[in-house]
Amino acid sequence: MKSNSTARIAFFFLAPALIAIGVFFFIPVVAAFVLSFTDFDIYSLGNWKYARLVGIKNYIDLVNDPLFWKALKNTLYFLFVGGPLSIAMSLATALLLQSKVVRFKGIFRTAYFAPVVTTLVAVAVVWRFVYHPRFGLLNYALSFAGIDPIDWLGDPHWAMPAIILLAVWKNFGYNMIIFIAGLQNIPQELYEAADIDGAGKWQQFTAITIPMLAPTTLFITIITMIGYIQLFAEPYVMTQGGPQDATLSIVLMMYEQGFRWWNMGYSAAVAFILFAIILVASLIQTWLSRRSRAS
Amino acid sequence: MKKLWTILLYAILVILAAITLTPLVWMVSASLMPTGGANTFPPTFIPKEVTFEHYLSLFTRLNLARYLFNSAFLAVAVTLISLVVNSMAGYAFAKFRFSGRNSIFKLLLSSMVIPAQVTMLPLFLMLNKMGVINSYVGVIIPGMASVYGIFLVRQFAQSIPDSLIEAARIDGATDFRIYWTLILPLCKPVLITLAIITFMGTWNDFLWPLIVMTDDSMYTLPVAIANLSLEHVQDVELMMAGSVITIAPVLILFAAVQKYYISGIMAGGVKGE
Repeated sequence: MKSNSTARIAFFFLAPALIAIGVFFFIPVVAAFVLSFTDFDIYSLGNWKYARLVGIKNYIDLVNDPLFWKALKNTLYFLFVGGPLSIAMSLATALLLQSKVVRFKGIFRTAYFAPVVTTLVAVAVVWRFVYHPRFGLLNYALSFAGIDPIDWLGDPHWAMPAIILLAVWKNFGYNMIIFIAGLQNIPQELYEAADIDGAGKWQQFTAITIPMLAPTTLFITIITMIGYIQLFAEPYVMTQGGPQDATLSIVLMMYEQGFRWWNMGYSAAVAFILFAIILVASLIQTWLSRRSRAS
Repeated sequence: MKKLWTILLYAILVILAAITLTPLVWMVSASLMPTGGANTFPPTFIPKEVTFEHYLSLFTRLNLARYLFNSAFLAVAVTLISLVVNSMAGYAFAKFRFSGRNSIFKLLLSSMVIPAQVTMLPLFLMLNKMGVINSYVGVIIPGMASVYGIFLVRQFAQSIPDSLIEAARIDGATDFRIYWTLILPLCKPVLITLAIITFMGTWNDFLWPLIVMTDDSMYTLPVAIANLSLEHVQDVELMMAGSVITIAPVLILFAAVQKYYISGIMAGGVKGE
């Protein structure tokens, strides 16, 4: 009797959240899966009955769509170059700020963290001018190193590196904070023991810091990957996917197909491939870390 | 040697801080320059003459007050609603024993790998049928509950002693009363953290408001700024003023309460392992 009423009360507290997440998250996920097997388009928008099941046609079309491969390639470029760069930057700054000789840690931490809380769209607008070929700050700074002006956002080779630089600037402070928390959790005695054994700083870093940080690094790698693979606002604001589709991302393609051209069936297939990539990558990372911990 | 290393360390930290803040400083200073003033070589950081004309024209000519209101209203509404919904669920997961508790919680946690973009197409169709596209409700609905928020509250509420709740129950308090007058005040630190994270997240959100808000008068600041920046590519100073107004509220809020914000990230990061 008692456990029965406990369950009822618990359900009362859970209901709003579970209903909201169930109806507006889980049902749409399932619906998106179904949608990706239909030819839902602008005509179906007025009357859903016009949509027909077309099997895996959308996925076949995607595989044959050079634009999709371009978007996938761009997104993976952003992910595999920008992600590690951003994480390395976070770890480096976290280590610098952990140094015992540094004072005013709070001030530095706040400065590095400031870009994290800014509005992505607004800073993308600002960086569009930082990258201005004639008047931009970046080319001006590079001119001191004798580097000729680069048309960052107009040159297909430089547009993605430019977006990566903005993303690293915007995000490294976030993971830095998590790394600092991870570093503070490493027992100080380990370093003291290593000092007594005569281990050098570099040895301590590779033998203590890196292994002890492994769970933190795994967590950071997964959240960074999930965040970076959703690249959207930067190309939307700065390049609209150009030049020559050099910055077209998966989510930008999904948005354009779904909400500009209303090819919602096709767009849902793009969204599911995004999901599949995230899922597979998370599983691989978790599996790799389990294996390394077991050995 | 040690001294040299210290100097080098500070040099790196200071240069890095300067590089990090430069774009933001330049944004503010360019927003105060007269039209065309920012298009100079070399770039300048100190305006030759200071003008507020761009801020003025944003509010008079470009309807910025409306976008500001939309953003503020949505951020406050989503924050308040989700705070209640998430804290109730987090409390239930922490303090009630019922069958299926752990499996439901695990299901919720694992759903965090599903990117929100997957839900956006069907959600748009659903909300379209409900007639709430281009309305505040359309933006609020997917923000009502969040797994991350439930998780944060649960972690915190677990540390509340059961004896406290039992004592209140013996005194005859109803379960809702216990939640409202005992649990919520005890959870205040985590609720403040969650409120700040939710407020900033909603304020900065772009893709979903871009999809839902079809009418110019319903745009949030990021949607309006993105739109304006595509129309006014040449008006550097005007766009910088718009960016300042978009960024300033969250940056000031962060400066005021950064302790809570950063502790929230640390809690999520450390316990997320």
